[in-house]
Amino acid sequence: MTESFSSKKRTETLSGMIWKRFWKHPGAVGGSIVLGALVLAVLLAGLSPYDPQKSDLGSRFEPPSWAHPMGTDALGRDLLTRVLYGGRISLLVGFSVVIIALLIGVPVGAVAGYFGGWVDNLLMRIPDTALALPSLLVLILLAAILRELDAPLLEKNPVLTIAGVIGILSWMFVARLVRATYLSIREMDFVTAGRTLGASDFRIIVRHILPNAIGPIIVENTLEIGYAILEESGLSFLGFGIQPPTPSWGNLLSNAQEHMTKHPWMAIFPGIMIFLAVISINYIGDGLRDAFDPYKVMTKSE
Amino acid sequence: MVEKDILVHVHQLKKYFSVTRGIFQRTFGAVKAVDGISFDICRGETLGLVGESGCGKTTAGRTILGLYSPTAGEVLIDGADISKAKAKDLLEIRRKATMIFQDPFASLNPRWTVNSIVSEPLRVHKLFKNDKKRTERVFELLNLVGLNGRLYNRFPHEFSGGQRQRIGIARALASNPSFIVCDEPISALDVSIQAQVVNLLEELQDKFCLTYLFIAHDLSMVRHICDRVAVMYLGVIVELGDRNEVYENPLHPYSQALLSAVPIPDPKKDRERKRVILTGDVPSPINPPEGCRFHPRCPISKPSCSESIPELKEVSPDHWVACHDV
Repeated sequence: MTESFSSKKRTETLSGMIWKRFWKHPGAVGGSIVLGALVLAVLLAGLSPYDPQKSDLGSRFEPPSWAHPMGTDALGRDLLTRVLYGGRISLLVGFSVVIIALLIGVPVGAVAGYFGGWVDNLLMRIPDTALALPSLLVLILLAAILRELDAPLLEKNPVLTIAGVIGILSWMFVARLVRATYLSIREMDFVTAGRTLGASDFRIIVRHILPNAIGPIIVENTLEIGYAILEESGLSFLGFGIQPPTPSWGNLLSNAQEHMTKHPWMAIFPGIMIFLAVISINYIGDGLRDAFDPYKVMTKSE
Repeated sequence: MVEKDILVHVHQLKKYFSVTRGIFQRTFGAVKAVDGISFDICRGETLGLVGESGCGKTTAGRTILGLYSPTAGEVLIDGADISKAKAKDLLEIRRKATMIFQDPFASLNPRWTVNSIVSEPLRVHKLFKNDKKRTERVFELLNLVGLNGRLYNRFPHEFSGGQRQRIGIARALASNPSFIVCDEPISALDVSIQAQVVNLLEELQDKFCLTYLFIAHDLSMVRHICDRVAVMYLGVIVELGDRNEVYENPLHPYSQALLSAVPIPDPKKDRERKRVILTGDVPSPINPPEGCRFHPRCPISKPSCSESIPELKEVSPDHWVACHDV
């Protein structure tokens, strides 16, 4: 052999390439910076001189000032502190929901789409049924039931409860998307090639097809984080989500509603935070999708 | 005649795809894609499978490799029945029998590097212990098929059609197979590349004593590469025999028509030869004609042709024809 393996100078791994491409994507870099700053701020919320829950009736409805950059709320609490503490909860709910949705949706969708036939029929009737239910009602019902239940993990953990409830109601979208993607990819020759090589079904589902399905999954799920944050707001607004005085972006927004006309900053700041989080996550998703797509990058970076 | 070393034995292989209709998915018919084909392929031999589009060539190839479970009949690869094999034996058959695909763009995973693609059979069959050994083997394979081994870290879309087909060949070779089904491996390539790939296949055959089932519709190419040729029409083999015998002395009217359509690179000769032009369309494989499947289009059909199905019979040594008139 004229060329030997050892003569090669640089070793480039696939994951390394994806990493490099991700950081070449302007949207992804911007999104990562914004999301990173948000997460950092939220984690450092404890440094705030104010208590997020103790009211100070002497300073109600103060507009934004140097002492209170986002103003104060109806009970005189510093809004910035509450927004930061609320961000912990909202981001946690957002990410947990997506993880739950992925954990259920991807395997169900992949198996249904790959095997087809009666497996598909059986598995996909579940999300169809779930989708036929009015989701808000089910959310409220589930949240109410779970609150009363003495489930060991959920008992003192409203965040996990909410994430579970929303997750259980949003995995269907992931499952349907994954199934559709698998249905089309499994017909391709490279999957047949995998079978002729003797690769097991599991290996084909995970190693052969999944990398090709990852684009739509990522996009769908980054959007899902945004929905989850909003859905948590909805539940909190109806009184089934995170209960005051614990703040979340959702209940901050809903509390602000009655003061919208007079004290708009109470709604604007939590709204901006939700907006920033959702849009930065979407851009990160965009970047991830492009990084996983070998076609896109080659035309851009070379 | 000496006892032949038969590697692939196909006996009365049938593959029907059921056609369902209505909300209850009632089966109301079947596409008889492959309807009882039998042949043997000896070790080191190339059998060409020719026929027009939709005659069941590809289905036959895929059923032989067990990608579709056969409706009836059996396929023995090196003595092992692929449809009845246990998981472990099946894996061994999969190692021994691989496939080269028609479309070099669809047959390589677009998200995998060439290294992953070519080393997949090595990983599936656990042929090498560590990554380094495996990558060395990938280098060797890429060089073997005429590609620069250093390109192993590239993605398929960075290659041309011919190069991609070579990658596909490298993958098919990786597990040291003895039998390769070539499913129209050259029909998606430019003519200049076709010759290169065919020569490469021949070269590899000599080197590793490979056995090919070469599915194609390019008759001149089949004549070039194959030792024996089987002509398929509507799911059945109508003529099977030695390459020269079939090409120079086709006995079945369908083979005659097919071969008379091969262009001859000599206008004078081309004008002199007699062309058999078939009329009508290929009948539906859901509802094939009674008796001889070719009789509605056959220039020499007799009333008796629609009554009984002609058997594939040996008219001269190793030349089989399924026609009542021969």
